[in-house]
Amino acid sequence: MSFPYLSAIVFLPVVGLIIIALWPKPQQKTVKITALIFTLASFILSLAVFYFFNRSGGAIGQIQFEEKLSWIPAINAFYHVGVDGISLPLVILMTFLGVLAILVSWNVQLRPKEYFIWLLLLETSILGVFTSLDLVLFFLFWELELVPMYFLISIWGGGRREYSAIKYMIYTLVGSALMLAGILSIYFTTGSLDMMALQDMSAAKAVIPLTAMFFLLFTGFAIKLPVFPLHTWLPDAHTDAPTAASVILAGALLKMGGYGMIRLCVSIFPQVAHQYAPLLVILAVISVLYGAAVTLRQKDLKRLIAYSSVSHMGYVLLGIFALSQISLTGAVLQMFSHGIITGLLFAMVGLVYDKSHERNLDNLGGLARQMPVIVVVFSIAGLASLGLPGTSGFAAEFITFVGSYSSQAVAHIQLYTILGVFGIVLTAGYILWMLQRVFYGPPLEKFNKVPDANLVDKICIFSFVVAILLIGIYPAILTNIIKIGVEPIARLLGS
Amino acid sequence: MALDEFRFLTPELSLLGFAVVVILLDLFIKQKNVLAGISVAGILVSAGFTVAMWGGTGVAIFGRMLAVDNFALFFKLLMLAAAALVILASQDYVRKFQRFQGEYYALVLISAAGMMLLAAATDLISIYVSLELAGISLYVLTTFLKDKKSSEAGLKYLLLGAVASAILLYGMALTFGFTGRTCLMCIAEYIQGMPGAGLLNNPALLLAMVLLAAGFGFKIASFPFQMWVPDVYEGAPTPITAYLSVASKAAGFAVILRIFFVAFGAPEWLSLNWGMMFAVLSAITMTVGNVVAILQSNIKRMLGYSSIAQAGYLMVGLATVGMALGSDALGQSGLIFFLMSYAVTNLGAFIAIIAISNKVNSDEINKFAGMGKRAPLLAAALTLCLISLIGLPPTAGLIAKIYIFSGAVQNGLLWLVIVAVINSAISAFYYLRVVKVMWMGAPASEEKVPSSWALRTALGLCCLFVLLLGVIPGGFVGIAQAAAKILAGL
Repeated sequence: MSFPYLSAIVFLPVVGLIIIALWPKPQQKTVKITALIFTLASFILSLAVFYFFNRSGGAIGQIQFEEKLSWIPAINAFYHVGVDGISLPLVILMTFLGVLAILVSWNVQLRPKEYFIWLLLLETSILGVFTSLDLVLFFLFWELELVPMYFLISIWGGGRREYSAIKYMIYTLVGSALMLAGILSIYFTTGSLDMMALQDMSAAKAVIPLTAMFFLLFTGFAIKLPVFPLHTWLPDAHTDAPTAASVILAGALLKMGGYGMIRLCVSIFPQVAHQYAPLLVILAVISVLYGAAVTLRQKDLKRLIAYSSVSHMGYVLLGIFALSQISLTGAVLQMFSHGIITGLLFAMVGLVYDKSHERNLDNLGGLARQMPVIVVVFSIAGLASLGLPGTSGFAAEFITFVGSYSSQAVAHIQLYTILGVFGIVLTAGYILWMLQRVFYGPPLEKFNKVPDANLVDKICIFSFVVAILLIGIYPAILTNIIKIGVEPIARLLGS
Repeated sequence: MALDEFRFLTPELSLLGFAVVVILLDLFIKQKNVLAGISVAGILVSAGFTVAMWGGTGVAIFGRMLAVDNFALFFKLLMLAAAALVILASQDYVRKFQRFQGEYYALVLISAAGMMLLAAATDLISIYVSLELAGISLYVLTTFLKDKKSSEAGLKYLLLGAVASAILLYGMALTFGFTGRTCLMCIAEYIQGMPGAGLLNNPALLLAMVLLAAGFGFKIASFPFQMWVPDVYEGAPTPITAYLSVASKAAGFAVILRIFFVAFGAPEWLSLNWGMMFAVLSAITMTVGNVVAILQSNIKRMLGYSSIAQAGYLMVGLATVGMALGSDALGQSGLIFFLMSYAVTNLGAFIAIIAISNKVNSDEINKFAGMGKRAPLLAAALTLCLISLIGLPPTAGLIAKIYIFSGAVQNGLLWLVIVAVINSAISAFYYLRVVKVMWMGAPASEEKVPSSWALRTALGLCCLFVLLLGVIPGGFVGIAQAAAKILAGL
């Protein structure tokens, strides 16, 4: 047996957390460094998987780095993990954000031991979602994420943190509740829990109509993505979460929704997806425009970035349900790109808030003088978010729009795509307006003593910038891989 | 009746023997925790006898009064485990009653023996006798604190229990009058040979079934017989509350499952009807339990309502058994696995509460504030158990729910599963409130919370199993499947 790369990637953070938990009265520094070592190891292994990943034509539709062990024989559940072109970028995204989330949290003073334990558990659960190929295992990791997130928001958060945490919990639990019903229906229709072997769903044997199964699953994913009108948990949770949790929440957690839609909704129910694509694409356009319009009205810096996620995740939904190979590729790339861009934006907001203790746009201004490094990086993140060529945002959104516009699968998709593109204009509006309000204008006296980014901050934010530019300049580094995963699905969809 | 059939009774007889020894030694021994040790030893002996019989195809003994099958043996072990954990956890609690510690342990053993017999009983008469044996010892145990609340709880429990017994007797009498038999397999044979299908053509049978369900519904606290739960759970000594919520409930489910599966399992029109009856009751029970639990400020009352909700989830398994027409065992094994998971989880939660309440001298949830600082291990254990009660990974609760709901989906009860999973989402609200108070509330003092090694052992065992069942459930599911073999047919 070869080295179990994926198990190592997924469970290294757990090893780290056990060490931290068992360490009697650790120094703060010990805890941080242990967490950093284990997330870094996980990240390096995921790069190794990236390096060894077979990109040739023969690998199309193949699961790589597969591991399969019997787990609950009674219901045919396996410990079954593997990656393909769709999940690998998301795994790398998560391990990357995992390392940076530790760096972002370098200054956490409140109960650091528990804090890093939860952060590491969060990383494992999200990695588990992206790698599991067994529905029960997938569901287990999907639910596991709730526990650390609940504690991170409600203990280390700000504002109405307890309200936001429980709101997040209940929203997600309702979604996953319906998802469980969907998963069980799939299981008893096909007799299998193997996510890669479910493509032969036929309506004849179904325990409930396929459309019902599709929407049971879709609702669960739509709450997570989130899709209008199920997005109301997001601004609260993002705003009140501590910075690292916001980074992971926006950067990787939302992508579980998009990933689930591609992996389960579209791949298992291509006919249903075809039938309801027009409706879902309209929802996507509403999410894009409504999300952007609401963002324009925000006064709180963090809430502003949070709402922008609703808008940007709308592109993902548009790309998925335009149902063409290019649009799906764009959707996956958009997930990756939004992960690093919004991750960086939240990290920047965290920095600005940490240094200036102010998040209200009305009270901020003129910080460019005190924070020369932060202003440059924040501007790069903002410009990437509005899709400036040369950044990953441009590559992802461009591919998504081209793919959607040219899709044959959905009627009037051209109109919807054009409406969606209009979201970019709004994005430009709120991003530029925000940068102007925070950094430019006359310098304020109260911010005279405010410091710029320190060394740890710089390492962290420059890593983000490198990733954004790398994908922006050479998107093929990822699209080559994504293509391999998307092609079989596009074939199922007949495009 | 062959005399050697008594060897099948060794688990119960040895347990009763130890109960007598405990009472007698109580007269001479000053050091009362020796009695606890002897009781636990008795339980281990009894468990040893039980395990030795495991695995056979099952036999009926004493003229079909009792069955020795895996199903009964499994429940016997479950009762014994619950009794042992309760006795260990009582170490920190028995100081509250100055006298009668010997009787306390003896009564726990006797009620365990009663419940073990109940799980094995296959005749209406033996069912009734063992039910009362278990019940009467539990009534006494409930009043053991001898304060106002405890006495009120005991009296309430006794009166309502007597009413339930009466209803049950009506049901049994009707069944007997209708079929002329008392042994469950014989009743099944009669019903299958009956002319005239359809429940409406057999009103006596319908009435008997409803009355039986009502009588046992009291034991498992199903709607609309759940009213006694919060008061009794609040008033009883906490270890006994734990015992009631786990062992007594498990015994109730064991006997309902056996009666309905063996006696009323066929023909189709019969089992579909009671399957649907339990499905509807299950939906109402879990909703009532969860919604009312949100309003509670006393943790024992809250867990009381939570146990009503959990009974609702368990009844999903009963409904599945009815709807499955005996064609597969997913309903039975799902119910059994859920009971396993529920037992360790709920016992763990109550044991942690015993230690914490002892120190703060209150069962109010807001008095648990800051326990994360004062007693990090106890708080962590309680958190783990509450997370398992919600049904979140990596705990037993999640796997148990997936398993029991999967049987329901397979047998066309998707609507019930959707009600149940939405209910679990609601339940997160009140379970997490305790978690929130413990970890985020400000502690009233900095004093640590002491606990005895016996309690810590019991709590550690519970938490260990909560995690084991949640992470590597394969072996336990195997046990549940083996235990689902119920002796049926003549």
